[in-house]
Amino acid sequence: MASATSSDTFPQMGSLGEVHVSAERRLPDAPVNPVMETRDLNVFYGDFHAVHDVNLAYGRHEITAMIGPSGCGKSTVLRCLNRMNDLVAGAHVEGEVLYHGQDIYQKNVDPIAVRTQIGMVFQKPNPFPKSIYDNIAYGPRVTGMKVDNMDDLVEEALRGAALWDEVKDKLKQSAYGLSGGQQQRLCIARTIATKPDVILMDEPCSALDPIATARVEDLMLELRNEYTIIVVTHNMQQAARVSDRTAFFTARPDETTGNRTGLLVEYDLTSTIFSNPNDKRTEDYISGRFG
Amino acid sequence: MSSNNTAGAGPSLGAGLPGASVNLGRKPRPGETAIKAVLFVSAMLSVAITVGILVALVEPVIHFFAEVPFGDFFSFDEGQRFAVFPLITATLMTTAIALMVSVPLGLGAAMYLSEYASRRARKYLKPTVELLAGVPSVVYGFFAVMFVTPTLLQDILGLGVGFTNALAAGLVLGVMIIPTIASLAEDAFSAVPQALRQGSYAMGANRMQTTLRVVLPAALSGVAAAIVLGLSRAVGETMIVALAAGSQKNFSLNPLEGMQTMTGFMATTAGGENPVGSTSYNTLFAVGLTLFVITFVINMVSIALVRRYRQAY
Ligand SMILES: Nc1ncnc2c1ncn2[C@@H]1O[C@H](COP(=O)(O)OP(=O)(O)OP(=O)(O)O)[C@@H](O)[C@H]1O
Ligand SMILES: [Mg+2]
Repeated sequence: MASATSSDTFPQMGSLGEVHVSAERRLPDAPVNPVMETRDLNVFYGDFHAVHDVNLAYGRHEITAMIGPSGCGKSTVLRCLNRMNDLVAGAHVEGEVLYHGQDIYQKNVDPIAVRTQIGMVFQKPNPFPKSIYDNIAYGPRVTGMKVDNMDDLVEEALRGAALWDEVKDKLKQSAYGLSGGQQQRLCIARTIATKPDVILMDEPCSALDPIATARVEDLMLELRNEYTIIVVTHNMQQAARVSDRTAFFTARPDETTGNRTGLLVEYDLTSTIFSNPNDKRTEDYISGRFG
Repeated sequence: MSSNNTAGAGPSLGAGLPGASVNLGRKPRPGETAIKAVLFVSAMLSVAITVGILVALVEPVIHFFAEVPFGDFFSFDEGQRFAVFPLITATLMTTAIALMVSVPLGLGAAMYLSEYASRRARKYLKPTVELLAGVPSVVYGFFAVMFVTPTLLQDILGLGVGFTNALAAGLVLGVMIIPTIASLAEDAFSAVPQALRQGSYAMGANRMQTTLRVVLPAALSGVAAAIVLGLSRAVGETMIVALAAGSQKNFSLNPLEGMQTMTGFMATTAGGENPVGSTSYNTLFAVGLTLFVITFVINMVSIALVRRYRQAY
């Protein structure tokens, strides 16, 4: 026992040999008729320039992964896609975020309407302190969705998130009685209950164990048939396993101020990013040579 | 207890590994022992004081009931010198009016401060609200007598109220406890994790829905504690009711009439005309104990209610 070294139990993450690219789907080189698009997106927190000129297109019924070192602005970009950055004091967005061609940062756009179309799952499961049932019913209720039968909708959403069988006998119990993995799937169920078009996920598995992670990944692949998914992840195997396209971000220190501003380095089919990246920085990061 | 061995007593502890000679024995920590003793004494002192108050209350009450029949005390008859129920209904009346004022306004203020106000506005408003809690109650009492009754109730609203009335007392009591409720409820709202609000907004909820359906239920136990504390202050407040509600025992459910509350009665009775040990003097303690029991019951019921309905995060 004493001879076990850390590298035996924790094989080096990110070495190219470990990555298994998901079964090949035939996709065009660039998304055709993208659901969402950012054009010259710049985000500032007060004076701090957090991301610089991000141009990205997210394809319909695709899973797009955003990867990169900590602090390079992945979450920042993700939060712009459904205007969650509005809630951050001092955040300021420049450029365009197009949803079906419409800039969601235009003055006449209601951020609440945006969020009913573009749902979000957070890094840490954040179920409401309510029953499992009420967690799911919350979205349809607050958005005034026309619902014929709420029970059916709750069941459908829970089935959609592969959680129904585990919770069908305790729908009236508190969501806090569920395990972390179940809570995260509940949050996914809650999101799909409002029938959004796009689902944003910010490191949805980082608080989960490998088995729960595998379940959520399977779920994402299933959800891809109906939704467009954009996921931020630190787990490169995960990006390789589930995503169709991968965007690699990094942070570059400003020469004068030393502030680290995030930027998009490379965006391509996941298979290309992981087998044949164009940029040296991408290759270094993926093969674990990044500092 | 086998764990109090000193270093080396365990034979195989760390054998063969580097650091086997590290001393893992218990060290005396006199500072901690002293602090623990001091803290224990302060905790016991507050318990002892509470018990002492209770004993001091109970003793005269026993003398009281030796002389006055139960029926005379637990009586609705306002003409009866020892009747307590008219005092209780007056207290409930002023307290109910106070809550009708302070709960909506206090919770509204708390919601505004925690969920709507900008960081800058909150920085100035919250201390201002808390400052209000420090206004002496005699000032509120005069406010009730000099302004609320004559100007607000009689002149502006045209109500036929007398110089003393339960309505003015209740309204001003309510104003007095707004800061207590607002400040404590604001703490409870602010303690709700930001992640819950984000989850709600991400579902397409607006600010009002997020506040009322997520933040308020999640903060319920703190909010209930705020209300209960406000309520206890209203029940126990003396100066305002003594000045504004009157010193005439009156069994009535009409808030426009003057009526003496329990604390008002106690303030009058303790005024000095009644010699220590006399029956009148002992009435004070009988009413005081009743007040104590009522407050205690209110506290227990609210704790039970909160346990039942709270949504923990
Ligand atoms: N609310 C905020 N206020 C101020 N600065 C922020 C805020 N959120 C993020 N930042 C800054 O913006 C930069 C990008 O942060 P962001 O959270 O988007 O990075 P990330 O790529 O998601 O990192 P991680 O992988 O660690 O989650 C960081 O330098 C961070 O400090
Ligand atoms: Mg992040």
